[in-house]
Amino acid sequence: MAFEGLAERLQGTIQRIKGKGKVSEADVKEMMREVRFALIEADVNLKVVKEFVKKVSERAVGQDVMESLTPGQQVVKIVKDELTNLMGGEQSKIEFATKQPTVIMMVGLQGAGKTTTSGKLAGMLRKKHNRKPLLVAADVYRPAAVQQLETIGKQLSLPVFSKGTDLSPVEISRQAIEYAKAEHLDTVIIDTAGRLHVDENLMQELKDIRALKEPDEIFLVVDAMTGQDAVNVAQNFNEAIGITGVVLTKLDGDTRGGAALSIRSVTDKPIKFVGMGEKMDALEAFYPERMASRILGMGDMLSLIEKAQTNVDEAKAKELEEKFRTSSFTFDDFLEQMNQVKQMGPLDEILKMLPGANKIKGIENAKVDESQMGRVEAIIQSMTTQEKTTPEIINSNRRKRIAKGSGTTIQDVNRLLKQFEDMKKMMKQMSGMANSKKGKKKMSMPGLDSLFK
Amino acid sequence: MSFFKKLKDKFSGNQEAEQSTEKYKEGLTKTRTGFTSKINDLVARYRKVDEDFFEELEEVLLQADVGFETVMELMDQLRFEVQRKNVKDTSNVQSVISEKLVEIYEAGDAEINELKFADDLTVILFVGVNGVGKTTSIAKLAHRLKNEGKTVLLAAGDTFRAGAIEQLDIWGKRVGVDVIKQSEGSDPAAVMYDAVRAAKSRGVDVLICDTAGRLQNKVNLMNELEKVHRVISREIPGAPHEVLLALDATTGQNALIQAQTFKEVTNVTGIVLTKLDGTAKGGIVLAIRNKLKIPVKFVGLGEQMDDLQPFDAQKYVYGLFAEGLDKEEELENAEADK
Ligand SMILES: Nc1nc2c(ncn2[C@@H]2O[C@H](COP(=O)(O)OP(=O)(O)OP(=O)(O)O)[C@@H](O)[C@H]2O)c(=O)[nH]1
Ligand SMILES: Nc1nc2c(ncn2[C@@H]2O[C@H](COP(=O)(O)OP(=O)(O)O)[C@@H](O)[C@H]2O)c(=O)[nH]1
Ligand SMILES: [Mg+2]
Ligand SMILES: [Mg+2]
Repeated sequence: MAFEGLAERLQGTIQRIKGKGKVSEADVKEMMREVRFALIEADVNLKVVKEFVKKVSERAVGQDVMESLTPGQQVVKIVKDELTNLMGGEQSKIEFATKQPTVIMMVGLQGAGKTTTSGKLAGMLRKKHNRKPLLVAADVYRPAAVQQLETIGKQLSLPVFSKGTDLSPVEISRQAIEYAKAEHLDTVIIDTAGRLHVDENLMQELKDIRALKEPDEIFLVVDAMTGQDAVNVAQNFNEAIGITGVVLTKLDGDTRGGAALSIRSVTDKPIKFVGMGEKMDALEAFYPERMASRILGMGDMLSLIEKAQTNVDEAKAKELEEKFRTSSFTFDDFLEQMNQVKQMGPLDEILKMLPGANKIKGIENAKVDESQMGRVEAIIQSMTTQEKTTPEIINSNRRKRIAKGSGTTIQDVNRLLKQFEDMKKMMKQMSGMANSKKGKKKMSMPGLDSLFK
Repeated sequence: MSFFKKLKDKFSGNQEAEQSTEKYKEGLTKTRTGFTSKINDLVARYRKVDEDFFEELEEVLLQADVGFETVMELMDQLRFEVQRKNVKDTSNVQSVISEKLVEIYEAGDAEINELKFADDLTVILFVGVNGVGKTTSIAKLAHRLKNEGKTVLLAAGDTFRAGAIEQLDIWGKRVGVDVIKQSEGSDPAAVMYDAVRAAKSRGVDVLICDTAGRLQNKVNLMNELEKVHRVISREIPGAPHEVLLALDATTGQNALIQAQTFKEVTNVTGIVLTKLDGTAKGGIVLAIRNKLKIPVKFVGLGEQMDDLQPFDAQKYVYGLFAEGLDKEEELENAEADK
């Protein structure tokens, strides 16, 4: 029941437009409706969606979308760029105090991940910033919250300031800051109790803690699975105590995470880190572009492209691209392409990064059959030079011969020929797109998915 | 007699029902004012039921996390209903809507909304993603069952998260029930095995099992859960008798995938919708009930042990539309006075 990504959603519209050869404003409108669906399904707040769609429509209508050969892709790109812009640049910087100690407050709803993130953050600060953190157990309400933080401190070999549950969180925090000064611990991380943003008494408690020594950072910790309510939560916490940044937790799940966009647009505060697991090292910087892809259900294309770029020879890629354009792509090129793909790493890893891959049931356990690739290789090697360059001549007799020569079946050969045809068509489209826009070079990885069908 | 009137009559007359309705209303105040005031706004603004009206209604539901597909279905049905009954006045639409919502919940077997008990030992397994409120709900349910005169035992099946065992232990002491536990890091299936044995030999009525929170896309962790489930069924045929999925009301569309995956692995029999005392509406349970036929059995309305209420579709809707009731009643009275 995983949701369709925007790219898939737009397929229908794109098909129709392609047939018409011309894109009307109504088409853009229709595509924007799909954008709206996709964003709502990704849990972006409805009001935020509306504003966003309006903005993107304006940009899309005015642009070359109309003439572009693949308007669908153009729209996806515009939407993604706009999303990326909205979520801001990479900003995992942490503010440190000039007057010791630095105080960092962790706040948020119940169960969001504050305690876990406090531990992760402390570990990161020690490792990357050479800080000496002190964890403060200021949740006196949730049963065993203090023990939880103490256990985490032990795991990390970091000091935890705890005073049981009899003192008030404000008093505990006050003493902790004094303790840090005396012990020359330069960073105090206060793990507060989870609370509802509408609980006035408990919000007051946060204000009181804040008043002890102006925190250098107040991180709102938010569960990435949060739905429409994320705007209310973020807005209330921000208005009450003035957050400085956001940590989005549980992103190792399969949620789209539209809350990221909602929060960003109502608070204008940066998302600084993301939680990627329950273990103490699972805290990462936030990358707006990846988040944008994720919200749109586009798979982790970015990492895939990065991988491709480090492995694919630039000159060869150019040569290939020229071949796509002139349709002189042969089975030899196909083989070479396949080998480049192979070099990118284990295929099952790559497969998982493809857009739409999350829709495939059991993808987590998927093992790409590398022997399939071996078969493909064998088939191609059993072709004559002429057959490789002009596959049209491969009639049924030749097919029989190739199958025999490669130790495969005629069905295998047929399938490969069909895939090759499909791939050529697709490449033509892709290179068409690459050329229509400022001649910007695109990394091409045609037909990768069709190899694994 | 109007729908609301019927509801009201159903609940007055019965002291206990009235009380828990009050508690329900209290917990749902924020939910209600959000949802109902929006509906009322609509009613005030539109005198006719037209497309604009439906569009706004659609937005109210989307903002309650009901989800696109279900909202679309619901809107289609409403349009149809409104046409069929020839409803022109928006204020009457309000009752058509609430009837429709209740209908979704009551579709099918009514008794699946209640906990199923075995003749001797009943085993209840709690599952769900991280931080949704499993452990707290277990404490609340234990408290509730104990008050009903049942003997209860808890199993500390979360051996992974720091402080999880202590957390359940503290709750056990507060509620006054025993907790079967092993040390942190031990095999949860082994804890369950111990707990089932202990429950049998002590002859308790109900064993409630905690599990570690896990995201449904973690294959290993889901396999572990399957194993826990298997150990319980092997020891007692037919057990666990209830598998309750704790679902945080603030969760968006991912809840549907959660429900589906946990159902596949552990055959979920019901949902505990937690944190409904916040401003989130938990509307996704409509979609879950609709698509996966999993009913909500309890709702969590706070952090204390008596903050758990059985879910009752009519009461839920009653809570949401309480303001609507008062309004309609006034109208009816005014008409009667004429
Ligand atoms: N406001 C409110 N808070 C709740 C409710 N239910 C649970 N909580 C709080 O949510 C937080 C997490 O609850 P837990 O019971 O520890 O959740 P869990 O699912 O067992 O969490 P893990 O074991 O960490 O996966 C705690 O702070 C609870 O007090 C509820 O109905 N309302
Ligand atoms: N999978 C996953 N679980 C997380 C992450 N962050 C926190 N958790 C889990 O979420 C639950 C609640 O976390 P906790 O830190 O106790 O939340 P708090 O109530 O806000 O302090 C625990 O089970 C954590 O292990 C994350 O990034 N990924
Ligand atoms: Mg905590
Ligand atoms: Mg728990």
